[in-house]
Amino acid sequence: MERVGGLAAMVRSALPLLGVVGLAVLMQFGLKPLLGEGGSFYSKLLLDIGINAMLAVSLTMVNGFTGQFSIGHAAFMAVGAYTAAILTYYGSAYAVGGEVFADAGVQGGLVSTMLTERVREDGVAVAWVTRSDLLFAGALFAGGLVAAVCGWVVGLPSLRLKGDYLAIVTLGFGEVVRVLIQSQTADVLYTVEEIKEAPVVGVAQMFATRSEEWVAPLWLRAGGSLGFSGLPFYTSLFWVFLWCGLTMVVAYRIKNSTYGRAFLSIREDEIAAEAMGVNTTRYKVRAFVLAAFFAGVAGGLFAHTSGVQLNAGELGFVKSFDIIIMVVLGGLGSISGAALAAVIVTLLPEALRDPPSLLFPMGEGDGASFFPWSLIVLGVVGTAVWWRAERKVRAVLVLLVTVLAWEALRYGARKAQVDLSDYRNVMYALALILMMILRPRGLLGVGEVWDRRKPKVGTQPKVGTRPGATL
Amino acid sequence: MSEREVILEVGGVSKSFGGLKAVQDFGLTLAKGDLQGLIGPNGAGKTTVFNLLTGVYGPDVGDIRLGGVRINGLRPHRINGLGLARTFQNIRLFGELSVLDNVKLARHVRVRHSMLASVLRTAGSVNEETEIEDRAMELLRLFDLADRAHEDARSLPYGDQRRLEIARAMATDPKVLLLDEPAAGMNPQEKVEVAGLIRRVRDEFGMAVLLIEHDMGLVMKICEKITVLDYGKVIASGAPGVVRNDPKVIEAYLGVEDT
Amino acid sequence: MAVGSLYALIALGYTMVYGILKFINFAHSDIFVLGAWVSFSAAACVGFVDVDTSVAGVQMAGVAPWVRWLLWVVAAATVLMALYERVVRPKLVAGGLGGRWAGLPATDVSRTLAIVTAWGSVSLLLIFVARALVGAEAGGAMPKGGVGRVLAGGVILLAAMATCGLVGFCLERLAYKPLRKAPRLNVLITAIGVSLLLQNLGQANWMFGTRPEGMPKLLPNSDPLFSIGNVKVWPVDVMAGLTAIALMVGLDVLVFKTKLGRAMRAVSFSERNAALMGIPVDKVISFTFVLGASLAAAAGFLYSQKYAGLNQTGASGWVLLGLKAFVAAVVGGIGNIRGAMLGGLLIAGLEFFGAQYISTELRDVYVFAALIVVLLFRPSGILGKSVVEKV
Repeated sequence: MERVGGLAAMVRSALPLLGVVGLAVLMQFGLKPLLGEGGSFYSKLLLDIGINAMLAVSLTMVNGFTGQFSIGHAAFMAVGAYTAAILTYYGSAYAVGGEVFADAGVQGGLVSTMLTERVREDGVAVAWVTRSDLLFAGALFAGGLVAAVCGWVVGLPSLRLKGDYLAIVTLGFGEVVRVLIQSQTADVLYTVEEIKEAPVVGVAQMFATRSEEWVAPLWLRAGGSLGFSGLPFYTSLFWVFLWCGLTMVVAYRIKNSTYGRAFLSIREDEIAAEAMGVNTTRYKVRAFVLAAFFAGVAGGLFAHTSGVQLNAGELGFVKSFDIIIMVVLGGLGSISGAALAAVIVTLLPEALRDPPSLLFPMGEGDGASFFPWSLIVLGVVGTAVWWRAERKVRAVLVLLVTVLAWEALRYGARKAQVDLSDYRNVMYALALILMMILRPRGLLGVGEVWDRRKPKVGTQPKVGTRPGATL
Repeated sequence: MSEREVILEVGGVSKSFGGLKAVQDFGLTLAKGDLQGLIGPNGAGKTTVFNLLTGVYGPDVGDIRLGGVRINGLRPHRINGLGLARTFQNIRLFGELSVLDNVKLARHVRVRHSMLASVLRTAGSVNEETEIEDRAMELLRLFDLADRAHEDARSLPYGDQRRLEIARAMATDPKVLLLDEPAAGMNPQEKVEVAGLIRRVRDEFGMAVLLIEHDMGLVMKICEKITVLDYGKVIASGAPGVVRNDPKVIEAYLGVEDT
Repeated sequence: MAVGSLYALIALGYTMVYGILKFINFAHSDIFVLGAWVSFSAAACVGFVDVDTSVAGVQMAGVAPWVRWLLWVVAAATVLMALYERVVRPKLVAGGLGGRWAGLPATDVSRTLAIVTAWGSVSLLLIFVARALVGAEAGGAMPKGGVGRVLAGGVILLAAMATCGLVGFCLERLAYKPLRKAPRLNVLITAIGVSLLLQNLGQANWMFGTRPEGMPKLLPNSDPLFSIGNVKVWPVDVMAGLTAIALMVGLDVLVFKTKLGRAMRAVSFSERNAALMGIPVDKVISFTFVLGASLAAAAGFLYSQKYAGLNQTGASGWVLLGLKAFVAAVVGGIGNIRGAMLGGLLIAGLEFFGAQYISTELRDVYVFAALIVVLLFRPSGILGKSVVEKV
């Protein structure tokens, strides 16, 4: 087969990355006018989808690719979030010199805002990229790095453990991080003078009793149990989709490489993988660290989203489980599955709040906002299912049953005056259990949406059995 | 016996599990191009020896040297990197991966580019991937599995799965190949094919092969030297004809005649 | 130390399930929470809770309508499932619509429902007995009186244990049994799902709601009985400790001295061999779950006696507690019953002394640190034995 030259490889490699940047730019500047009224609601939704997709795809790198069971993923998100927050909040006092908690419309450039108008109210033109944007980009990256380091520190000892134990350790780690952040951080400083006066890096006296004169260093001033308020809202469609796209491209590239095969082999059979030259411990840690990095960046993005009050209390095991549900629903090991599941899981609470009818969108004169889309979506989904499923009739039946159940649920909820979104978690839990019993592979299994269907063979004996006769 | 380079040297190896002495004072020498057999009744410790050689656990005492390098207590992946590959008694394929991917994975140990390079899709990484694919397909063709390259490994018939395991082990470019019951569960026709395959592999690639087998016919036919284990100890060792008639060996398999 | 025995009780459940099925039942700590809440509801039924101040109290104080409805529904469901199993499903299978759908655990479901009905009735009965003991009326004033109160407390304990045992049974039958042969990862995920389910279901308004409630005390608790060092010991601690010890001793006797206990140990060694020896493996497994769940319920009841505030079922405090109990199980040696007891005491001690002498805020961290240390250096725990995987 042909060999590829250096320049050609670079160009081919850069193309998808440029595509990601292009998409991000498109989302940021092209989508807003399209969304019209209520646009900010939808863009916020898109932001959430992007962040959740990042979290889900990153977790699938560990749980899906290597088959290790990490259930404290939100901890990395928290670490990244707080690191990025501290850097932007206090960093802006040093680096940018402006007010610390001015709104993003002043500080950030157009890439970091949800505005598309180039001119502010006071007539000053807004730059495309400002120093604050660079600070934000750096903070995000730093958040990811710190999270990755945590991933390394936790992963190295823990990944030698067997599945169940690893799960508990990661869960414990998640809780410990949350507790530490909530209990050990001090109050946020609000004025630039205070900030400049505070020691930047103090002695780590976290575990000792504090004397009266001890002043918390800057890096510990993250709000404690009250949360970190006053963060600038730098997160925009551009940033989110840039990073989300990056995560997915990296995940995809890893998966379809020799390293991806190494990861998957660990998931399939660790002992065989080790015997075939794969350093299982090192690779498990690597997957873990990578996942932690992207989760950290996602956390940073999350922290700077408008309307979000950063509080470690919300980033505990509940959030970890949310991510797990996404990963399992989409199929452990599937990147597109994880992203798809992220979309579903993010949209579900909204859909449940005022459940739109799927079959009779015009029927009761409400839910009009979903009307043009739901039937079309149903049609598309139905076709996709028919095309992709192995047992077509059964798959379509399942789809039908789901739609009918949705309608029934919706009707029942209205009659009984019940707000379905309260039961969202119950539904997730039930879905998880039922899925494990009926379809453990999730929606897409290990494959991707775009995979070619594998050729079917006659019988499918399990590996290692000894049938009497051979075919 | 021609003077060929000694590639695997095992001496005085013992291993106990709790109170059970699984292997006692085991010794073996393999030279380049040798085809040797390791036999013994069930539970004699044969797979334990394989596990010791491949690093699944380390010997309590003794020495194992691969190409002159001491490999006691090294982790299996390092030992594999140094040139020792194996198959398993109970097939351990990567079931959900394709046949091709199983073999490609085995090439990973010889890969030179880093993960970062892989993510960046540098020329080096892309070219190495092509190389991996080429080598893997070559091996599959050799083992007559090429037409099934994209099927899931677990959907293969049993005999093909065993062949795939051997192909996969070969892909790591080993100097020594350990085959654990490669003919288990096969019908006579397949056994003949496997025997031929093993011989071909040894002849074409020049590696040393050590096999565990229960089928005496197969072992006697292709092995040049046989070591017999019973209760963890070597009770006989030598050419097939000699070993076959050794009374200790007969006793181990059949028991003592009541007089 | 009372806390230690609580941890031990919960840890026992974890360890038993792990010993038998080799998996960690994440949902176990939620049964503990459930136990506390069920005791509360039971206490409310008996009349201990002041009707005006609590929502659940208002609902439960009547007992009659709410629960009777439920029993009818369940009974109806039982009949329906039995019909499905006997009549409808064979027709489906014969008609070729089999495959996965025929494999649905219809038999399990219908039998489970039948047992639920039976147990539900028994639990109700116990509550009525408690009422009689205390001489209260529905929604009446809080009764006083020493001995009657304690006895009623005992009955409430039993009711809680019975109910949670039932829940454990259902969980096993419906959620875990179908996955007996599945890869471990799947079972883990299911366990998480069950855990979430219990937590969130419990928050629903028609269950326990989201408001914290106060649990009525059954013992006079005004003065500490005595002190050791600068640690005060309250009557509640003594009662909790004694009850817990009694339960643990009972369990120990059961597991090591009776035939049933031998059966349990046989199954934990090797399921297949136990089956070959004629041991009804399914029943033993179910029984183990029930046992573990009822112990957790007892722990829940005792816990609520000591710390009167009950938060909503999903609150993190509960989960943390359950998690620490799990740590106790691991530290003591998972799969080993006496290890679990030992582990419980050790962890509680560690947490307590750490909080006293180093820093109160980090008490959780100590526990997890202990977990990590143990897992790194002696993964099978103090009394456990290591299992070598066959290559």
